[in-house]
Amino acid sequence: MPAIITEGLTKVYGSSSGEVRALDGLDLQLEQGTVLGLLGPNGAGKTTTVRVLATLLRPDAGWARVLGLDVVRDAQALRHRIGLSGQYAAVDENLTGRENLWMFARLYQMPSSTAHQRAGELLEQFDLVEAGDRVAKTYSGGMRRRLDLASALIGRPELLFLDEPTTGLDPRSRLQMWQVIRELVSAGSTLLLTTQYLEEADELADTIGVVDHGRIIASGTADQLKAQVGGERVEVVVRDPDRLAAARDVVAGLCDGEISVQEHVRRVTAPTRGGAGQLVRVIRALDDAGIGIDDIGLRRPTLDDVFLSLTGHSAQQTPDDEPDEPDTETPIPAGRNA
Amino acid sequence: MTVTADRTASRPGGVLSDSLVVTWRTLKRIPRIPELALFAILQSIMFVLLFAYVFGGAIQIEGGAQAYREFLMPGIFAQTIAFASATVAIGVTDDMAKGIVDRFRSLPMARSAYLTGRTVSEIIYQAGILVVLMLTGLAVGWRVRGGFVDFLLGVGLLLLFTYAMAWIGVWLGQLVRTVEVGQQVSFTVVFPITFVSNVFVPPDSLPAVLQPIAEWNPVSTLASATRDLWGNPNPYVSADGFPAQHPALLTVLWMVAIIAVFAPLGVARYRRTSR
Ligand SMILES: Nc1ncnc2c1ncn2[C@@H]1O[C@H](COP(=O)(O)OP(=O)(O)O)[C@@H](O)[C@H]1O
Ligand SMILES: [Mg+2]
Repeated sequence: MPAIITEGLTKVYGSSSGEVRALDGLDLQLEQGTVLGLLGPNGAGKTTTVRVLATLLRPDAGWARVLGLDVVRDAQALRHRIGLSGQYAAVDENLTGRENLWMFARLYQMPSSTAHQRAGELLEQFDLVEAGDRVAKTYSGGMRRRLDLASALIGRPELLFLDEPTTGLDPRSRLQMWQVIRELVSAGSTLLLTTQYLEEADELADTIGVVDHGRIIASGTADQLKAQVGGERVEVVVRDPDRLAAARDVVAGLCDGEISVQEHVRRVTAPTRGGAGQLVRVIRALDDAGIGIDDIGLRRPTLDDVFLSLTGHSAQQTPDDEPDEPDTETPIPAGRNA
Repeated sequence: MTVTADRTASRPGGVLSDSLVVTWRTLKRIPRIPELALFAILQSIMFVLLFAYVFGGAIQIEGGAQAYREFLMPGIFAQTIAFASATVAIGVTDDMAKGIVDRFRSLPMARSAYLTGRTVSEIIYQAGILVVLMLTGLAVGWRVRGGFVDFLLGVGLLLLFTYAMAWIGVWLGQLVRTVEVGQQVSFTVVFPITFVSNVFVPPDSLPAVLQPIAEWNPVSTLASATRDLWGNPNPYVSADGFPAQHPALLTVLWMVAIIAVFAPLGVARYRRTSR
């Protein structure tokens, strides 16, 4: 039995400026013991999906079964078995970390003494022991996020929802959060997480579903998605515009696949599988050929690249906002966009 | 480990203990943000001082300044309690905006516990504020002239009224999206109600069109009922009118009506998960 299965999930919000189809026939499946990353830009419908699956929101059409239970009919029974960490850390700022955990544990129907014990365990697990008796108002963003995640884990849920767990965190807190999530995953948790970063989905998820306008527009492993986008690329900016063609030939000799040249920015871009080693080889070859380099780097595909290749529009802009093909400087793998 | 419905919070013990946890959590914020209680009290004391010493001289009431202060204090109590609706509204909006309500709703707790805890804790909070204001009243010359039971009955009416006001707050707090808007809405609604009333002035001193409002207004009936119970002066426009004859009954009817309207509205909104 899959941990999550949905079919045709639809949620329409009415607003003064017409209706918004936050979910527009979303089909999803998540197997027990695996991690699904929902990847999509702001407004794609990620939070709405999580809220429906976590019994906070009733879908207007379609259905969802989570852990074999219907999210509408069996909501209360389901709440015992899931944990939710929402997009904004939902902890009580006026309570201490320990009090927060104790309160949520009590509301998970644990007796007071068990709740105390569980709060202590979680503070320990999430590296919050020292801050445990300070009010959460004084916590940093990363600490709040960890406390929020700890709160979601109180009932030892069989399935965990994490809505944008690292959005707004500084790079260090993000890495720390990834570590925490990886530990959960290695302990066998089933997890649905949402993110705006391909890198994050790549790092944490077994499979990725790309969401746009309330639908899954692509799904697969990170490698499969990257293969669709074109994977990693070497990008070279040549100092002398006259050497651009020569640089292209050098790069073509080392990389295979479609090589694109943008003359106005003196840039050559080529797909690669060789990683940093390949980068070094390209630099050497260019140097040997006496071609001056202004800039060179390995470029990993981003959510934006995924979006460009899948939808033809950038993740930040809807096609309506952007009548023309956006940003011709962004390398677009040939043959992907119609 | 499978957990079945036997641990759901629909059992009676669960409802009670969940509500107590929410009450505890709501009251915890009082010592943690003392400014809130402090300014609520200061606002009321400011009204006491303004009316007892600044405007009071211009308000004619039989018995002079001492009688006016005894008239004023129950009015101030009623006004303070009318603001319970604002306190609750702001608290609920804050919890919704911060995602706390979402978290509660994702937990296997009794559905009613959040609202019960919120409204009940408001009674406790306002009871504390009432104690401070009564001491202030005693200091400016207010006295209770009735018996002890009547005194308790008056206090009981004030606290029950808090509960009714809290339900208005529950409904209002879910309607607005930001605390700032909640604040604005609450104050623009509550202030006029407490001014077109007998809180500060005898209703016969108001323009004739406003007199019936000022006598039937729930804040007025509450002030009248407590004044009557405590033997404090309470001039009416006409002594045989219904508000003059049955202020306590009228207050209870108001409370029942308010709870009957706003509790279902607030609960329905809370249950309606599409937000
Ligand atoms: N309560 C609401 N009322 C009206 N529209 C909403 C509401 N919540 C979300 N939406 C709209 O639904 C769409 C999807 O939102 P959301 O699920 O929050 O996206 P994401 O989490 O991917 O950023 C957006 O267009 C958003 O504006
Ligand atoms: Mg979101």
